[in-house]
Amino acid sequence: MLYREVGEFKPSYKKDQQTFPIRLDRYGYYAILAFAFCVIPFLINDYWANAILLPFLIFGIAAIGLNILTGYCGQVSLGSGGFMAVGAYACYKLMTGFPDLNIIFCIMLSGGITALVGIMFGLPSLRIKGFYLAVATLAAQFFLIWLFNKVAWFYNYSASGQITAPERTLFGEIVTGANATPEVAYLVCLSFLVVLAMVARNLTRGSVGRKWMAIRDMDIAAEIIGVNPLMAKLTAFGVSSFYVGIAGALLFSVYLGAVEVGEVFGIQKSFIILFMIIIGGLGSIFGSLAGAAFLVAMPVVLKNVMVGQLGWAVDLAAHFEFLIVGALIIFFLIVEPHGFAMLWRIIKEKLRLWPFPH
Amino acid sequence: MTATDSYQTPDGRTIGPNVMEMRNISLRFGGVKAIQDISFDIHEGEIRAIIGPNGAGKSSMLNVINGFYHPQEGEILYKGEVRKPMKPYEIAYQGIARTFQNIALFKGMSTLDNIMTGRLTHMKTGMLEQIIWSGRAEREEVENRAFVEHIIDFLEIQTIRKTPVGRLPYGLQKRVELGRALAAEPSLLLLDEPMAGMNVEEKEDMSRFILDVNDEFGTTIALIEHDMGVVMDIADRVVVMDYGKKIGDGTPSEVRNNQDVIDAYLGVSHD
Repeated sequence: MLYREVGEFKPSYKKDQQTFPIRLDRYGYYAILAFAFCVIPFLINDYWANAILLPFLIFGIAAIGLNILTGYCGQVSLGSGGFMAVGAYACYKLMTGFPDLNIIFCIMLSGGITALVGIMFGLPSLRIKGFYLAVATLAAQFFLIWLFNKVAWFYNYSASGQITAPERTLFGEIVTGANATPEVAYLVCLSFLVVLAMVARNLTRGSVGRKWMAIRDMDIAAEIIGVNPLMAKLTAFGVSSFYVGIAGALLFSVYLGAVEVGEVFGIQKSFIILFMIIIGGLGSIFGSLAGAAFLVAMPVVLKNVMVGQLGWAVDLAAHFEFLIVGALIIFFLIVEPHGFAMLWRIIKEKLRLWPFPH
Repeated sequence: MTATDSYQTPDGRTIGPNVMEMRNISLRFGGVKAIQDISFDIHEGEIRAIIGPNGAGKSSMLNVINGFYHPQEGEILYKGEVRKPMKPYEIAYQGIARTFQNIALFKGMSTLDNIMTGRLTHMKTGMLEQIIWSGRAEREEVENRAFVEHIIDFLEIQTIRKTPVGRLPYGLQKRVELGRALAAEPSLLLLDEPMAGMNVEEKEDMSRFILDVNDEFGTTIALIEHDMGVVMDIADRVVVMDYGKKIGDGTPSEVRNNQDVIDAYLGVSHD
């Protein structure tokens, strides 16, 4: 009734291939963007920014990154936490080593450095597949965390072993450090997410993305068609690590400000990002964001309900939170193994006919 | 007929000079001799069938042409030149496409995307251009989409354009796979049992498509098939293999009357 595509004609292939071929989707997308850029910055406060919005945006970037590797190219990675750490430490070294370098360049360069590290750890993927590759990336996770713990050069020989983001500004506004305002931090992260999501969309809809998906679905047939498997896998590792590295750099510099590597970038982070894309939907950019939103917001919502509404003790609520989040993950996986993205697609299919199914 | 000349088929088509020539190919896996000293050629514009009982080495032969296997002995001439050992993806760029015995489609992608993937050898834009998308990348995508739509029309699969191929019935999947191979505009198309597991109607459809491809695009086709009726009907020349050796080569009628071939198919007492 409301959601339909009747009367929409696509006179050219260009129109048919656009990101949102249905007009209503397109307007919805513009509306959400306008709301996110023009309204939320005026409503935001510290609590919303730190509890929900910033982690959502940052983990959204990381989830898109991992989805490119795992969802589109079919290479399982458990090293996301380690690659985020590379991004964070690269950003720290760049910020402290080149104080005049703009923070945006620092973050982008950190992504680039992480991409190189990711390509290096992606080299074994030509020989090993599936679970075995997952174990190899697990090695990357543990090695990188160990490296950043052991080699004092990475944390500039600070006594605590932590890295702390110095204050940097962008257009006169403080972006990093303790004095940054939530709306500026939010806008920086949002801009990164929007641009990177669009880049991911462009990459996955063209021949690069089809090469990745061909490798994922049937690598022998892909090779026969002209896909160089090594190049396809390494570009996937590179692009994916670039995203994860930027997420790590943002997490460190804009969101947390100070980081202890084992605590923030441990193996749990790798798993959480993997859960995000599995729950959200493998091979879907919308799914990455939906999964990130779910796993970021769910604990906060549960905590508010249990502690705020029901008045339970905080530690009891914390334990229950694990139980419920775990149960919800299982529930959603049983209901729709292909994740929120598929659920959303099915809802849209149904809506096309609703409420007159004939 | 001599190996390198053009010739006329009984139905009046002119077949050009040879595009590919296999010279004394031998392939061994350890002690197993998969292919022993086989030579044959494929002429431009012809439909060349490779037949033989199971395990005769037919698919190994295609894999040699494709570059999956590298023969220990012998050489392959392609378009008049001896081919260096190459990776399969490099051979794709030389204009050789193929389909598989067991369907090897990209199950998670739509029909359209599968066939678009077949156009990869014709798509040149790099990653940076694709990131920006507007401009060259988009133009290239639209151009190739137009070609792919041509193939979709040709194979009569318009209605399943956006269906994920995993959901399609077997016969249609085979057709999409043919479309994916055709999208590369190959100069040599290899079909590994294109009609395996099909019913009579589907076989008729597929035969028609193969003949049309040959006729309309002038594509050279080498195919492996077990259905003798089909092979005898559509092939211009037939190679017969048994236990890795070539036992017959010639037009369908020549092969049909070849005593070695009859023995291989019907069995003969070895005494």
